[in-house]
Amino acid sequence: MSMPAMKTEMLEVAISPAVAAAPVVTMTPKRAPRAERYARMAKESAARVVPPLIVVALLLVVWELICRRAGSSLPPPSKVFKDTRELILDPFFDNGGIDKGLFWHLSASLQRVAYGYSLAAIAGIALGTLVGQSVWAMRGLDPLFQILRTIPPLAWLPLSLAAFRDGQPSAIFVIFITSVWPIIINTAVGIRNIPQDYRNVAAVVQLNPLEFFTKIMIPAAAPYMFTGLRIGIGLSWLAIVAAEMLIGGVGIGFFIWDAWNSSHISEIILALFYVGIIGFVLDRLIAGLGRIVTRGTAAN
Amino acid sequence: MQAYLKLDHIDKIFTRGNASTEVLKDINLTIEKGEYVSIIGHSGCGKSTLLNIVAGLTGATNGGVLLENREVNSPGPDRAVVFQNHSLLPWLTVYENVKLGVDKVFARTKSKAGRDAWVMHNLSLVQMAHAKDKRPSEISGGMKQRVGIARALAMEPKVLLLDEPFGALDALTRAHLQDSVMALHQKLGNTILMITHDVDEAVLLSDRIVMMTNGPSARIGEVLEVPLARPRKRLELATNPGYLKCRQRVLEFLYERHSFVEAA
Repeated sequence: MSMPAMKTEMLEVAISPAVAAAPVVTMTPKRAPRAERYARMAKESAARVVPPLIVVALLLVVWELICRRAGSSLPPPSKVFKDTRELILDPFFDNGGIDKGLFWHLSASLQRVAYGYSLAAIAGIALGTLVGQSVWAMRGLDPLFQILRTIPPLAWLPLSLAAFRDGQPSAIFVIFITSVWPIIINTAVGIRNIPQDYRNVAAVVQLNPLEFFTKIMIPAAAPYMFTGLRIGIGLSWLAIVAAEMLIGGVGIGFFIWDAWNSSHISEIILALFYVGIIGFVLDRLIAGLGRIVTRGTAAN
Repeated sequence: MQAYLKLDHIDKIFTRGNASTEVLKDINLTIEKGEYVSIIGHSGCGKSTLLNIVAGLTGATNGGVLLENREVNSPGPDRAVVFQNHSLLPWLTVYENVKLGVDKVFARTKSKAGRDAWVMHNLSLVQMAHAKDKRPSEISGGMKQRVGIARALAMEPKVLLLDEPFGALDALTRAHLQDSVMALHQKLGNTILMITHDVDEAVLLSDRIVMMTNGPSARIGEVLEVPLARPRKRLELATNPGYLKCRQRVLEFLYERHSFVEAA
């Protein structure tokens, strides 16, 4: 159960040198003495690591106290750890069928998300650009988008199973249809908000439509696009777990469902923990990518 | 007078729904090659609209713009604009901002190395070569405007259009940049059309000052020749009788005969 602590510590260690070193190098001509710098770095990371550690520890204690009595319907953390030891220590075993380690389940889910989300990103940015650029496209498509985007992801699943007659493409389609709407809508807003000044510059320089798209539209709307992409990746990860419960096969969603059917409550809790961590990492990944791509754009 | 740039009977009427406002009425103006002409008027008189019409960013309702006897009605690098708020693209460096126009204008006539050298040449004309790798957010307002001027100059425009280029700057930076523009005009002999609301700036920089009446239906009220020899020196002019007389004429026009009417 020391996983959350380990994870945060690792993240802190990985992030803080870059964060702390950047201002030192660029802003102050003289470097502070090494020992002093390390001491400050340690202090800063401690300030960020210690409060969540305390909260997690407190929650574990409360959970343990509530669930340890006999006849409790949910296992306490100590029992969860004892039950799932093997799954945690060996995520790579493969006994054929769906009897695989958690790594394989998670990677199968991530693969589906990668396909569906990539398609959604491409289609979403293309459609968003169209809707943002053309008044008629907006009038025609926007009402449709507004209705379609309210349909819950799982409601699409039976229809896509009927169309594709296979679990894999159906799950990918559900990911696609779930994450495409925020990407479309945010891209369209970004395109619509491109300042007239930039359009004037493009007109004076006489950029052709393709150059205008790549050199003005994409960079100017990038902050909005990444807002949409970030919401999209979160929704994809939400939808995949639910979709996999229904389509079965290898995947973290079906792993959870299977554990429930076999009354392995501890395995469910472990899987939920992994789902949370991966969702968090995916979100940070897109946010970090956005920061790199939009450097300078948002600063003005 | 040989007409290089000719504004021919320009009217501009904005229509929104059933309401229509006549902003500009019967604007006629001819500008010689190498001339520096300022347009001055109270805010809301349509002087920026007029510049946009010359730039091709806005269409005229009646009349048109002739450049070297050819009608121009869409934007192009032959009428490069220096915008009031610099309008540099924030995701490009100083160098890339200037390069954007250069790559389009000289795509066929200059080699890659030639275009690069031309960008650097224009950046050094405005003393900004040292900041070529900086982004707009990292340089001051005056520097941004210098880059804006370099971007426009680098397109080798036939006419350089300045839309209140110094309006957003503090007084000291403004004076410094005015001197730079004067020096550039002296050196390169560009034809320049500038919008301004600053009387001193207009007299200091211009060969002619076009004074506009208040809108709606703004017209050209008066055109004043500024008979001061170039190069002009800011400090010497402060007590020059010719300078003071021109200044007086413009002030009289703006504040006595066509004083700004609130909510006109």
